[in-house]
Amino acid sequence: MSKNASPGRTAAPDVSQGGRIPAAGPAALSRPSRAKPLGRRLADNWQMYALLAIPVVLTVVYKYIPMYGIQIAFRDFDPNLGFLESQWVGLKWFARFFNAPTCFRMIKNTVLISLFSLLWSFPIPIILSLIINQVRFHRFKRVVQTVLYAPHFISTMIICGMIRIFLSPTGGLLNLLLGTQIDFLTQSSAFRTIYIASGIWQDAGWGCIIYLATLANVDPGLYEAAKVDGASVFQRILHIDLPELLPMAILNLIMAAGGLMNVGFEKVWLLQTDLNKATSDVIAVYVYQQGIEQAKYSYSTAVGLFNTAVNIILLLVVNKIASKASDVEFV
Amino acid sequence: MNKQAKGMSDRTSDVILAAICVIVLLIVAYPLYYVVIASFSNPYDVYAGKTFLLPSGFTLDGYKAVFADPKIMPGFFNSVKYTVVGTIFSVVMLYVTAYPLAQKDLPGRKFLSLFFVFTMYFGGGMIPTYLIVKQTGLIGNMWSLFLPGGVAVGNMIIVRNYFQNSIPHDLVEAAGIDGASKFRTFISVVIPLSMPILAVQAVFAMVAYWNDWFTAMIYLGGKGQPLPLVLRGILIKSAASTEQAGMIEGGFAELNKLTEMIKFSSMIVAALPMLIAYPFVQKYFEKGFMAGAVKG
Repeated sequence: MSKNASPGRTAAPDVSQGGRIPAAGPAALSRPSRAKPLGRRLADNWQMYALLAIPVVLTVVYKYIPMYGIQIAFRDFDPNLGFLESQWVGLKWFARFFNAPTCFRMIKNTVLISLFSLLWSFPIPIILSLIINQVRFHRFKRVVQTVLYAPHFISTMIICGMIRIFLSPTGGLLNLLLGTQIDFLTQSSAFRTIYIASGIWQDAGWGCIIYLATLANVDPGLYEAAKVDGASVFQRILHIDLPELLPMAILNLIMAAGGLMNVGFEKVWLLQTDLNKATSDVIAVYVYQQGIEQAKYSYSTAVGLFNTAVNIILLLVVNKIASKASDVEFV
Repeated sequence: MNKQAKGMSDRTSDVILAAICVIVLLIVAYPLYYVVIASFSNPYDVYAGKTFLLPSGFTLDGYKAVFADPKIMPGFFNSVKYTVVGTIFSVVMLYVTAYPLAQKDLPGRKFLSLFFVFTMYFGGGMIPTYLIVKQTGLIGNMWSLFLPGGVAVGNMIIVRNYFQNSIPHDLVEAAGIDGASKFRTFISVVIPLSMPILAVQAVFAMVAYWNDWFTAMIYLGGKGQPLPLVLRGILIKSAASTEQAGMIEGGFAELNKLTEMIKFSSMIVAALPMLIAYPFVQKYFEKGFMAGAVKG
């Protein structure tokens, strides 16, 4: 966050700073054109606008027009009539969703899956990175990191295939190890555990990267000083590393809390069976089934919009807290 | 004496930390290792619990079946095609968006940034997007996998920050003084100097397209299925096609055995390309993440 770099808005404040022309500063590029009139600056930058043309068009067509299309949540969408001409039905679809027999169950499952995911998967990368960071054999450290990142690069489809094979009641790895014949995927009491544990297996290592990068910035002098004072490795972790990670960890926690209603569709859908629906029935899957499989476009959009609305509210609340709790900005 | 004690304690804690790492390593690696050995084993031995450490009844039949399968190999090549085209498309989109937005004197820069960033937080949702993809005639077309994604905004911010913070400004300025236009500077200075971030972004895009099946499932309408979608039939639905039974000597029993073997070997074939690719750019991961967290 360079403090002298807020150019582009006001004219020529930074030439005066320290009397030195900031030739190597971030603002250097923009300085000469500052005095030119707007028309000239637009013309000077025509190449830049040309580069942006395709991304802007794609974003308008595939991001902004669909946002405009959200209004079908309040209409009875007829493909022949389009977004605007279809009949306005107000909150009919929302009312239908709230009266659906599984509505409460879906909201509950969505919240519980992400809440428990967050509680379990949040601390593990922090603990892992604190440990990995203190490993002194560099080759070994590298191997650990490489292996821990690997599952992140495997498709959800394969992960779910592995889960199904490992949990199979006939000859699945877990049943072989336990000496049992339990069909875990038909037990609704096991669904969240399966979902969360496999999620940790896949992404805990990947989650370490940001923390390891933060820890790489710790001044080695601090460790030396702590060693001289006779601090053990665990004391060094507790008093040097952990405080260093804390701002990033808090920020991650807050951001994750903002996405509480964002349970991904893919994994739940692939692990869902008729018998575990009591805990695996979530809003995202319902939106897909109603919208794509059954072509109930308006109804599905309404359900999706409800989910998004809850998320946006969470995000706004959480952003408010985040901006107070930390200086780090992501955008 | 104090020093002596400290040395001991450091060594002890080194051992403890290494031991924890080894345990974590085994937890992560063993399931993958198990799939590998199972893919070389007789499936009946696998399900009888004879393959915890080494293959049993070593066979390559699973792999032979994968390469002879009428669906898996076409799926593999579809995935290769989508991954190559998609990766090039995504990286080009990232670069042509990030570079203009890294120009601090670009009129409208703030508005344009907001225009893109807004789509990170709010979207039309599955159905309205699907309807637009349909209306623009992309259903069943390969481009439905790439175009609706547009620009990956989070990654674009990382690239933009990299352009702003990690490309030496003297070089950019020198090019400008030599009379190079901004576009010329982009091509001959900025792109060559941004190879680390380019490599990371290319691998991220590659992995995303290689592993994607959901977009393909809703937009391709059953045509040109990528590999993960083909695997869905094998892994999730566990459907042994009866038409194959007639073609195989030994009928259903043999088919069942083959179906189970294909499960393991097809997972390996699908996962391997990405597992080989990412270690090459691993050293740039941290840099890539930090560029995103620091505001430019």
